[in-house]
Amino acid sequence: MTRPAHFIAHTGRISLAAIEEMGYQFTLFAESLYWLIAGPFVSQPVRLSAVADEMMKIGVLAVPVVVLLSFSNGVMMAIQGIATLQEFDAESQVVPGIAYSVTREFGVLIAAIVVAGRSGSAIAARIGSMQMSQEIDALRVMGIEPVRHLVAPILLAMLLMMPVLTLLADSAALIGGGLYTGIVLKLSLSTFIDRCFDTLAVYDLMQGLVKSLVFGVLIALIACSNGFSVTGGSEGLGRATTRSVVLSIAAIVVADMIFTYFLNR
Amino acid sequence: MPAINQQSEPVIEIRELVTYYGERKILDGINLTVESGEIMVVMGGSGSGKSTLLRHLLSLNRPAAGNIRLFGQEVNKLSSRALHQMRQRIGVSFQGGALFNSLNVEENVAFPLREHTRLDDNTIRIMARMKLEVVNLAGFEKLMPSQLSGGMIKRAALARAIVMDPKLLFFDEPSAGLDPVVSADLDELILRLRDAMGVTIVVVTHELESAFRIADRITVLDKGKILITGTTQEVKESDNPRVQNLLNRRTEDIPVNADEYLQRLTDDLAGL
Repeated sequence: MTRPAHFIAHTGRISLAAIEEMGYQFTLFAESLYWLIAGPFVSQPVRLSAVADEMMKIGVLAVPVVVLLSFSNGVMMAIQGIATLQEFDAESQVVPGIAYSVTREFGVLIAAIVVAGRSGSAIAARIGSMQMSQEIDALRVMGIEPVRHLVAPILLAMLLMMPVLTLLADSAALIGGGLYTGIVLKLSLSTFIDRCFDTLAVYDLMQGLVKSLVFGVLIALIACSNGFSVTGGSEGLGRATTRSVVLSIAAIVVADMIFTYFLNR
Repeated sequence: MPAINQQSEPVIEIRELVTYYGERKILDGINLTVESGEIMVVMGGSGSGKSTLLRHLLSLNRPAAGNIRLFGQEVNKLSSRALHQMRQRIGVSFQGGALFNSLNVEENVAFPLREHTRLDDNTIRIMARMKLEVVNLAGFEKLMPSQLSGGMIKRAALARAIVMDPKLLFFDEPSAGLDPVVSADLDELILRLRDAMGVTIVVVTHELESAFRIADRITVLDKGKILITGTTQEVKESDNPRVQNLLNRRTEDIPVNADEYLQRLTDDLAGL
């Protein structure tokens, strides 16, 4: 084969593989929804204890990092905002600036990136090592659907915990921004909070929350599908874990751009 | 050899099974029948297709052609609900045990009961412990899989495989990775189980000694085809050179074709 032909064939193969993977992720999503809704009626319910367990791992244990990062991000936005707005003598306008960007954008983005990094890798590694040690096969031959047993609880836990983490991230970032603004502009924290509430509409918070659901689904599906498709021993497991984190963060940022475009038209 | 009930229909019937892995043909026209209550050993070297055959028997893979009947039902035509029910009558002991690493031994054994029955907690635990007694693992209930030796893992996996009292039991390489004594113990256990529970057993292995110790009948796979199916005696007396090679651990002479050899060496190089 000539080189250009080689290149085209290669591109084609990669695109096909990507489409196939997305198709697989969609099947995982559809099957999980099926088990969550119809499971109890065919006496194969999704175990609540498993969901609670995942909520703990995905949500509760991520709280410290999410709060720390969001708080720091809030402070940084206040520093940059005040520095920029000083040139126009409009420092006081820093409050709506922080309030909008945190609730619409950065709160959810930080929560999602933390969850993608922590749980995206952990989920892919756990399912991947189960795949390698034939535990997934063992589930299947016992008549226990791996999707119901493993994926559905993760998906539900993501849907429940991502909005909570997002609200937490929003609050931490606003408090961080408020404290810094308070020190520099001699504005009390309560005044800052009051002005935030004056500025913000429910719509602004909703933007972040809706996105958090989408990001949660993306992380869950990318991590699970990478875990299930582990082949080639421990090297393959490492590759799947890395891939899971990189792909979910990439998917989050791209999806965020698309959503922001449509939500702000 | 125990009495095999010839009147009842066979537990497993494989007809003209053909499978591919990508472009490569793995199984090529497999026909095999396993009668109720017998121990059938599927033997073959690595790459013979025996693991693939097992995956098909477990309905983990779908064949390209041919069909498999378990308990008289064609598995590829079963609805997911019927397959779900059938799987509760089948037990599998995987090569590496495939115990759930996050659960201890007792929870592992109790797992199918918890998922498939509505028994109360105490009953489930008693039933799990009964099976652990059967495989001589009493007293190890609370250990995690990572704390077990190779032989104990296999026995715990066996306890989990029989906890639903299956009618059909599969073993994937039961003696792989075990020393001869532990391996002989496990063989003994397999024979005892068949006598006690009347279960039909299919064992996939490459271990000759173990195969001849437990088998009622043996089927020898080579390069995706069945060379012979018969009693241990028939297999031993087979005059098929490939069967004898396998039994005597002789390597096979592969005839060399000079043209093909050159072709292989220079393949793919033309275009670059």
